[in-house]
Amino acid sequence: MIRAVPSRSPIPLMLLIAFLAVPAIAGASDTSFLIVMATRVMIFAIAALSLDLILGYGAMVSFGHAVFIGIGAYAVGIGAAHEIYDGLITFPIAILAAGLFALITGAICLRTRGVYFIMITLAFGQMAYFTASSLSAYGGDDGLTMWGRSEFFGVAVLNDPTVFYVVVLGCLVACWGFARALVSSRFGRVIRGVRENRVRMQAVGYDPYRYQLVAYGIAGMMAGLSGALLANHAEFVSPAYMSWQRSGELIIMVVLGGMGSLHGAVLGAVAYLVTEEVLSHYTEHWRVIFGPMLILIVIYARGGLSRLLDRTGSGADG
Amino acid sequence: MAEPILALEGVCKAYGALAVSDDLSMAVARGTIHALIGPNGAGKTTLVGQIAGQIAPDAGTVWFDGRDITRVPVHARSHLGLARTFQITSVLPGFTVLENVAVAAQAHAGHSFRFLRPVAGERALNDRAMQALETVGLTARAPMPAGALSHGEKRQLEIAIALATGPKLLLLDEPMAGTGREETERLVATLQALRGSVTILLVEHDMQAVFALADRISVLDYGRVIAEGTPDAIRGNPEVRAAYLGEEDAA
Repeated sequence: MIRAVPSRSPIPLMLLIAFLAVPAIAGASDTSFLIVMATRVMIFAIAALSLDLILGYGAMVSFGHAVFIGIGAYAVGIGAAHEIYDGLITFPIAILAAGLFALITGAICLRTRGVYFIMITLAFGQMAYFTASSLSAYGGDDGLTMWGRSEFFGVAVLNDPTVFYVVVLGCLVACWGFARALVSSRFGRVIRGVRENRVRMQAVGYDPYRYQLVAYGIAGMMAGLSGALLANHAEFVSPAYMSWQRSGELIIMVVLGGMGSLHGAVLGAVAYLVTEEVLSHYTEHWRVIFGPMLILIVIYARGGLSRLLDRTGSGADG
Repeated sequence: MAEPILALEGVCKAYGALAVSDDLSMAVARGTIHALIGPNGAGKTTLVGQIAGQIAPDAGTVWFDGRDITRVPVHARSHLGLARTFQITSVLPGFTVLENVAVAAQAHAGHSFRFLRPVAGERALNDRAMQALETVGLTARAPMPAGALSHGEKRQLEIAIALATGPKLLLLDEPMAGTGREETERLVATLQALRGSVTILLVEHDMQAVFALADRISVLDYGRVIAEGTPDAIRGNPEVRAAYLGEEDAA
């Protein structure tokens, strides 16, 4: 049998076991810090996963991906400002709003390619950033504090850190499973084919634009979900969520973990945020240390951390 | 009386002052192997681009299967039954050989906005792909990554990809380019076997292959068709000898 996605990597299972172990370890050590931190990591893992869908599988280097997080977060935040805490209302709005924004901007961005695509996604990102900054009714530059987390069926389930953690883990697993199915499907094959050779795909009868736009919209929705979770996690929403630096961090996560493998993006999010956490204990200039580490990985571990792990795990070829 | 599968009518294309297609007209009859030859710089590549849809003519009309396709985009031409191969090998290097062909079949078997079912298990697509691979003699290579094939095998794969789209016309852009003697013979045999089942427009440098295969030959020079006829007639045509074959003999 020929597999569309060759890797039978043990990494997804290892990650799942690690994530499942976190509440137990946190319970034993009696500190909420670990679980709060791990929740944040998984929220960004969802965003990185969604970026990997278009960047890793579709070669669409979006430099404005954080905007979808921001839109998802603002949907929840603005809802909270109007006393709407029902997650069954705000979460779908967050996801759909981010997806809609992705479709509208993607329809324009995807008419360009390469550096121009990067620039125009960045431009849309900056537009959204400054729009959010000028929303004076919702905190403007200072951001918007929420007075409570989303409720489901009238219960504020997310207030319990462990329950929130499990919900986020469930979202991550669902997103990973969906993305995994997607890249192996008919649709995913077209997306991967366009990455490999656009002209060839046109010659056999595909209009790449339509497929890339739909992929862009799906990635936007997934990032919107992570934004809705992030707003709940921080109980705070600010324009910084959609800054271009944040978009850059997402790209770093995907590249660091390994593009085009999905679990690589999750691994990258873990590695990036944990490194940030650890290094920033020692110095606020932690990026001075992180930068060279990233360069070494990009140069010596093509395919990122996931390839590195797979290779050491299976002995030889990756 | 039979309407040609492909007809070019007064096609013009100029790059600056250089007329690459100069009021060019020609027709390809159904069921034939029609060869297009011409010296370097005669405008063959530009013509292929205009037939395939990558290049828009400045003037003139391209007819395909009774339809004006002059402004039809590349991907839509594929759905009308026009398939092409590329002069410079153009496959999906990271895909397996089978998947390269299956993705072409997929474009012509239902829509591709299906998001959840694994496509690798779609029997109908794989069967169709294997059939095309059998035609070109690549079945043994099916599970290999396409990037790992030899040059000659990639040329065969290009033809299999084109065949998997179920074409009415196969536009082959120098399929023998860069292949060795043995590989060329294989390609000639493959095309010979396709005779009658699909119309072929063969743009080719290899004279031996052209004369072995073609029912009709059009000779292109300075962007126009300077002669057209059976291989024998073309061989005896003094104008053609001057423009092209002489150069070939000298070389």
